[in-house]
Amino acid sequence: MEMFDLTLIWAFIIGFGIMMYVLMDGFDLGLGILYPFAPDEDARDVMMNSVAPVWDGNETWLVLGGAGLLGAFPLVYSVFLPALYIGVFLMLAGLIFRGVAFELRFKSRRNRHWWNRAFCWGSSIAAFAQGAVVGAYIQGFRVENFAFVGGPFDWLTPFSVLTGLGLMAGYALLGATWLILKSEGHIQDWAYKITPLLLAIVLGVFAIISLWTPFVNPVVWERWFGHLQIIWIFPALALLCAFTVYRSVKRRREGIPFVATIGIYVFTYLGLIVSKWPVIVPPNYTLWDAASAPESQLFLLIGVLFVIPIILTYTAWTYWVFRGKVRVGDGYH
Amino acid sequence: MELDPLVLSRIQFAFVVSFHAIFPVFTIGLASYIALLHGLYFKTKNPAWDRLSLFWTKVFAVVFGMGVVSGIVMSFQFGTNWSNFSQAASNFLGPVLSYEVVTAFFLEAAFLGVLLFGRGKVPQGVHLFAAIMVAVGTFISSFWILSANSWMHTPAGVELIDNRFHVVSWMEAIFNPSFPYRFAHMAMASFLTGGFVVAGVSAWFLLRGRDPEANRRALSMCLWLLLFLAPAQAVVGDFHGLNTLEYQPTKVAAMEGNWETSTNVPLLLFAIPDQEAQTNRFAIGIPSLASIILTHSADGEVPGISEAAPDEQPPVAIVFWAFRVMVGIGLLMIAVALAGLILRRKGRIYHNPVFLKALTGMIAMPFVAVLAGWIVTESGRAPWLVYGMMTHAEGVTPSLTGPMALFTLVGYVLVYGVVFYAGIYYLTRVVRNGMLPEEERETVGDNFHRPMRPMSAAHTPFDDDVDPARS
Repeated sequence: MEMFDLTLIWAFIIGFGIMMYVLMDGFDLGLGILYPFAPDEDARDVMMNSVAPVWDGNETWLVLGGAGLLGAFPLVYSVFLPALYIGVFLMLAGLIFRGVAFELRFKSRRNRHWWNRAFCWGSSIAAFAQGAVVGAYIQGFRVENFAFVGGPFDWLTPFSVLTGLGLMAGYALLGATWLILKSEGHIQDWAYKITPLLLAIVLGVFAIISLWTPFVNPVVWERWFGHLQIIWIFPALALLCAFTVYRSVKRRREGIPFVATIGIYVFTYLGLIVSKWPVIVPPNYTLWDAASAPESQLFLLIGVLFVIPIILTYTAWTYWVFRGKVRVGDGYH
Repeated sequence: MELDPLVLSRIQFAFVVSFHAIFPVFTIGLASYIALLHGLYFKTKNPAWDRLSLFWTKVFAVVFGMGVVSGIVMSFQFGTNWSNFSQAASNFLGPVLSYEVVTAFFLEAAFLGVLLFGRGKVPQGVHLFAAIMVAVGTFISSFWILSANSWMHTPAGVELIDNRFHVVSWMEAIFNPSFPYRFAHMAMASFLTGGFVVAGVSAWFLLRGRDPEANRRALSMCLWLLLFLAPAQAVVGDFHGLNTLEYQPTKVAAMEGNWETSTNVPLLLFAIPDQEAQTNRFAIGIPSLASIILTHSADGEVPGISEAAPDEQPPVAIVFWAFRVMVGIGLLMIAVALAGLILRRKGRIYHNPVFLKALTGMIAMPFVAVLAGWIVTESGRAPWLVYGMMTHAEGVTPSLTGPMALFTLVGYVLVYGVVFYAGIYYLTRVVRNGMLPEEERETVGDNFHRPMRPMSAAHTPFDDDVDPARS
């Protein structure tokens, strides 16, 4: 046994990276999902302008996570991606269209409605695919001899469709509360109006998933109804955050709804992790089974520990520079 | 017609990696050129250099953006279609590919924003430093990628235990035998690509009389550069070939279309390789020249393709012809560079319309040559994924079926078709609106309150109608 467990360090780094990705790309994907429902083109401009400076920085975490998985937990990389083959393709296609729409919508007038569609569909498909990944992860995969042996649509079950739709609603909620923070006037009013509705949908899906999960997964059943009663703290805290969102919207607070929505995510995420821990490739491979060789983990750790603070600093700085309200007609062009 | 997931996966990888590679190969060269322009402006204070660097930075922004978008796909391609290979080689490839990502993001986080949006906002010295760091960063990125790729051709520093590679020596694995040659060859290719694109676009501007002062300088610089680089690349390529002869003789045999190991091997100019019959159905060549090039003596022995069993041979026709396309374009580049030298002595490089049009026509050529070169080296490795250690068939995703692979292949073709049509269309507009006189050029505006992202650095409308919201 070494002085410290590299695998645990990496589990923390990758876990943190995924969380960062979900939160940050979550709200800009959410705005894309809300796009068709926006009251007018001005609102769409503001929505896009509010995330334009940060969206590709947000996507950084996805690529970093993908490469980091190959470096630290290759089994995850080489089982999840084949198992979710079609879903991964849809997600990538969605992200590509969304990214190009970000760049070209503002530079285009005649074709703007096409870029609007690309932005909305790209965001929606990417969000759905990511949610389905979560569902598939909860269900587990058919793995033999360190390789996935199931079929192309194993991941697509009623359960994963539900988690897909659930994440879409959750991202839309993040997007709406972000918009409350960043907008004013009639656009902010619209965001205030839809937030409770989205929250209701999220809580509904959340309830169904919570009831359903123990039935699709016996290990989780044992966790939740066995000797680890303490983990009920996570759903309780998530619900508390949800209540905070509702109350702060009623009081027309601007920052709290977004922060509390992040809270819902964090506690749900932690709840999911403790339900599965230490299994990382369900049903039966743990973190340590999935890890790469220690010398590889160490070699990569040196660079990552150097770069993550820089990326975090840069991210914080970008958000700081672009703080404050986005107004109609603000210069992006 | 049986759909073979292995064949489809290979086609898919070739397609997505080709679509990706054309962007970095250009941006690596262009980043160095932009850094040079910044340096010249810093030193001489001549505004012509500033105008050039402003224009080329806009082009860089768009191309870099397309490189990032297509790069996201690459980071998942190993896992989706080559999961066994990912699993087996992860101990080496995982960290090395991750370092590429880490480098790229470090560069983007720290310096790209300053380069794209800092003009006039930060001190000139800082701006120059950012330009240099971006150029250095692109090289570090390509260092890692080419290390990973070279290792697949000439694996070193690892041992294979239970179908998994374990790194014994990072130094030996990263600096594997073919890496220095491949890296040098690719770096030169990037400079050549940058040089021919800049020369071609400058020529196009000169034909239209747009900012002759700046574009003449750019054209002259590029032609000097190409005069040195084009022949030098042939030399570097020759060394790379000799290294390949040492480690992958079958690949060189396929490049030469030489089926049987023999002496006095001719250099074939034209042939129709027939893999079934293990011979060329038709061949014209220069006697003994292949032996001379490869062994430096006319009766030197050149290995034959038949040294490898038929199921361990690369697709000879593809390797053979891709190699000829690459070398042919290389010779054409040398010819154009020499034509520039001859015309220069008569002072006609800036006016001769035939020469300027020829340069414009050359813009696409380096890209074709780069792709042909990659096809030579990658197809020439077949059937090996990691040379001599793991085949394509062993590395492909076991759960992948033909229809799945076909679905994503068609999907990527469609997605890239739409996205890159839009991207290239936009890029041509940036170029067509480029280098306009001062009063017709748009103001750059307040960059610190606009998004710090690549493509927004090019303030050109996407379609003809000017956006009334523009301020």
